[in-house]
Amino acid sequence: MTEEKKNVEEGCEECSRRKFTMAGLGAIGVAAAGSAAFGYQFLSPNALYEPSPIVDAGKPDRYPLDSVTPDVAAGIYIVHKQEGIYALSAVCTHLGCLTAWKPELGIIACPCHGSKFHSDGVKIEGPAPKPLPWLKTWVDDDGNLQIDRSEQLAQKQFVRI
Amino acid sequence: MIKFLEDLPDIRNTDVWRSVFRSGTGKSNLRRSLAVQQNVFLHLASVKVRSKALEFGVTWYLGTLSLGCFLVLVVTGILLMLYYHPSVPQAYLDMKDLQFVVSAGMFLRNLHRWSAHAMVLLVFAHMFKVFYRGAYRSPREFNWVVGVVLLMVTLFLSYTGYLLPWDQLAFWAITVGSNIMSAVPGMGAKARFLMLGGNTVNANALLRFYVLHCVILPLLAVLFLAVHFWRIRKDGGLHTGEKTQ
Repeated sequence: MTEEKKNVEEGCEECSRRKFTMAGLGAIGVAAAGSAAFGYQFLSPNALYEPSPIVDAGKPDRYPLDSVTPDVAAGIYIVHKQEGIYALSAVCTHLGCLTAWKPELGIIACPCHGSKFHSDGVKIEGPAPKPLPWLKTWVDDDGNLQIDRSEQLAQKQFVRI
Repeated sequence: MIKFLEDLPDIRNTDVWRSVFRSGTGKSNLRRSLAVQQNVFLHLASVKVRSKALEFGVTWYLGTLSLGCFLVLVVTGILLMLYYHPSVPQAYLDMKDLQFVVSAGMFLRNLHRWSAHAMVLLVFAHMFKVFYRGAYRSPREFNWVVGVVLLMVTLFLSYTGYLLPWDQLAFWAITVGSNIMSAVPGMGAKARFLMLGGNTVNANALLRFYVLHCVILPLLAVLFLAVHFWRIRKDGGLHTGEKTQ
């Protein structure tokens, strides 16, 4: 009986050492998970000091009929066609380079990897997977053209003046 | 002259010397082994090497040359840090100042740049040499893995350093590179956001790349380099192609 009890006690000692280790490992695991969550939160900025996605493009009559006007700083094109005015993103859908309007060829071309687009954003050739997106465009109360670069239009939509 | 030097008392027998280097002097194999074994830096290497392992043809010294480039990069990089501010208004101007205003700035910047290019080239050459000689095979397979990590660290050091001049080339290279990153399924866009600290390559991205380039990645490189060199000894020295008994 006493022999048995001793064995149990020894077992318990063994067991408690293992328990201690496992509890320690568990605590380290919880701390690691917490640190990962904390690290993820810390690395994601809560306030971004980036330019506003909404661009004021001025009065619509600045853009003559059948013209493509690049705004390099904003990364957009303002296009005036018979149907009306629309804004096109100038950021290539391939890897984010700034495309350029080639007036002599009447196309949009990307200097990085050679993608080419029509002035309505449709891809002509190149590695770009998608057409240049149309951006939400409207005229505000003061009669100024506004473009929201964060909102892409699902289908073509012209602003008529 | 030589007689005069020989008559000088041996500095290595002074108390001060012996308090630093405990291994003692002497020309016996034991003493020489202890001198290597008991030095924290030298103990990474083996006490003895096969003379074949020192021949040029075995390694072309590509690993040692990579290490040499790394050391040049550490020294020149620390010196460049004394004039460079990782902020949007200053970064480009500081780089230009280093070229045209700071004494020896052009030399240090170019040395850093060429060493960086050379290191990438040499690390790749080292990898190919190891591969074609079959030196990655057992028992050195783990050191091959450590080497792959070091290749990644080298490439990421090269990539993060590319942004720091803050010119057009840097900006568009990082724009393109980070967009490639966002092509990773599922987590790509989020990983890009975390790496840049924003949606575009901007002030946060410059600062993050600076910290990665100057602190985190060099520390990782030193850590894995130590393991890499130590494993050469543990895996029985360099692979010479000779049959070992």
